[in-house]
Amino acid sequence: MTMTRPQGGAPDGAERKLPPKPLPLQENKALTDPFWQAAKRHELVMQRCKKCANWIHFPREQCPVCFSQELEWAQVSGKGRVYAFTNVHQAQHPAFQADTPYCFAIVQLDEGPRMVTNIVDCAPDDVACDMPVVATFDDVSEEWTLVKFKPA
Amino acid sequence: MSLRGKAAIVGIGETPHKRSWPGRSAMGLCAEVAAEAIKDAGLRREDIDGLITMGGIYPSRVAEYIGIRPVNFAVSAGWMGSTSGVALTIAATMVNEGVANYVLFVAGGARDPENPQAMPGFRQEAGFQSEWFAPYGPAAGANTYYGLLYTRHMYQYGTKPEQMAQVAVNQRFNAGKNELAAMRDPITVEDVMNSRYINYPLHILETVMPVAGAIAYIVTTAERARTLRKPPVYLLGAGLSQGYDNHWYMPDMTQTPVVYSAPKAYAMSGYGPKDMQFAEFYDCYTILVSCCLEDAGLIPKGEAGPFFESTDTTYKGTFPINTDGGQLSAGQLNGIGASGCQQLVETVRQVRGEAGERQVARHDLGIANMNGGTPSQEATVVLGSANAL
Repeated sequence: MTMTRPQGGAPDGAERKLPPKPLPLQENKALTDPFWQAAKRHELVMQRCKKCANWIHFPREQCPVCFSQELEWAQVSGKGRVYAFTNVHQAQHPAFQADTPYCFAIVQLDEGPRMVTNIVDCAPDDVACDMPVVATFDDVSEEWTLVKFKPA
Repeated sequence: MSLRGKAAIVGIGETPHKRSWPGRSAMGLCAEVAAEAIKDAGLRREDIDGLITMGGIYPSRVAEYIGIRPVNFAVSAGWMGSTSGVALTIAATMVNEGVANYVLFVAGGARDPENPQAMPGFRQEAGFQSEWFAPYGPAAGANTYYGLLYTRHMYQYGTKPEQMAQVAVNQRFNAGKNELAAMRDPITVEDVMNSRYINYPLHILETVMPVAGAIAYIVTTAERARTLRKPPVYLLGAGLSQGYDNHWYMPDMTQTPVVYSAPKAYAMSGYGPKDMQFAEFYDCYTILVSCCLEDAGLIPKGEAGPFFESTDTTYKGTFPINTDGGQLSAGQLNGIGASGCQQLVETVRQVRGEAGERQVARHDLGIANMNGGTPSQEATVVLGSANAL
């Protein structure tokens, strides 16, 4: 699939390949690899503070509650509820446009932390706040698996 | 020490808001409104000795282009949409402490179709966005954040999109009397509800349109203000509050940082929400106006829906809100920090009694709120005339 650049830049008639959907780009690979490697095994893990037992997401180098740097990775249930959602009709990145409308959501895990995700296996119109959901794993490339959620 | 009544806005400038503005740059538009504000105040270019400008640019570059010499103070402030309100608080402090005498705030942005910037959403810098947000396909602009806020508010309080549509309708009525606004034709609730979604539940008519333009104001001490050309518009109260970059990490997403900024502004001013005669509230989206009005105590929490159903908030109404049409009608000024300044500058016009056909009846005391981020940061200010001192 190709698209023409809307204005300026490319020479007349030149076509530009539609860039692919962005895959996760890590700022600190050593820190967040455990999350992504688990996702690849279709497991959901979260960071937890060994000192105060606070669950942490997004991953950090230090606990934002007690400032301890003794953190560990632990498996979570994968169960949660939709905290908030919005159904995308016009995506920021053109590679997502073919999928619209789709549900972009914040899910609150039963363990407490909230995460950005998509609600899948459900018509966007049927998504509701507080709806129980369960993690599902989308192998979007050979390297990357995204954690999404579907109705429980 | 309180800033109450110790500083005033003495000059303002605002260009028209245009969807595209061929041949004009951000710097050129900033220079134009700086000149307008200096003239409005009855000052000379040489009088400006302090400068606060938008985020992401060095103030020396802006000063050089305009031709001012902020020899005593300059800073670039980056509180996104709330920058102008933070700048007002900083400027008031600086003039009171004698660091500078006349501080200019200026910000703006260009949109020239002949000179397109890189397409948004393609460039990736490693960080939270690139790892935890972008792979899930967010909507264009800041829409995702406010769509999330909207569904959560609907869930917690029973808010209906038909009620939020009224925000856009009332503001568009006001814009009919604002020649600087990009969109002035009246709209109905039906028009809003029938307009397309960028992302449910946000219809496009509930969403700001980015535009070119620039905006400026000048601050000095109350003492100096009384010697200048226009009636001083006094800063009576100011409150700032900073939340998180991603607002859904706050315990209750429907609560904006205004719950902290507004009480501080009221306490400094000696007035409360019931005393406010009109409100100019940052309005990137209908739902954001509603949440911030609630958190400022102007509407009970969760009751924005019924409030907009039953209250005339036009400039003729019982409680006028966004009397120039707000950003939803005028268009959101490009340039980090330019957008919210529209709310400040309109408050100044109303307090002065200079708002022409859209002048509100009671205009000695107004409240303005500038919002930035997702909503991540707020600046709330109470401004008033000499009668309100």
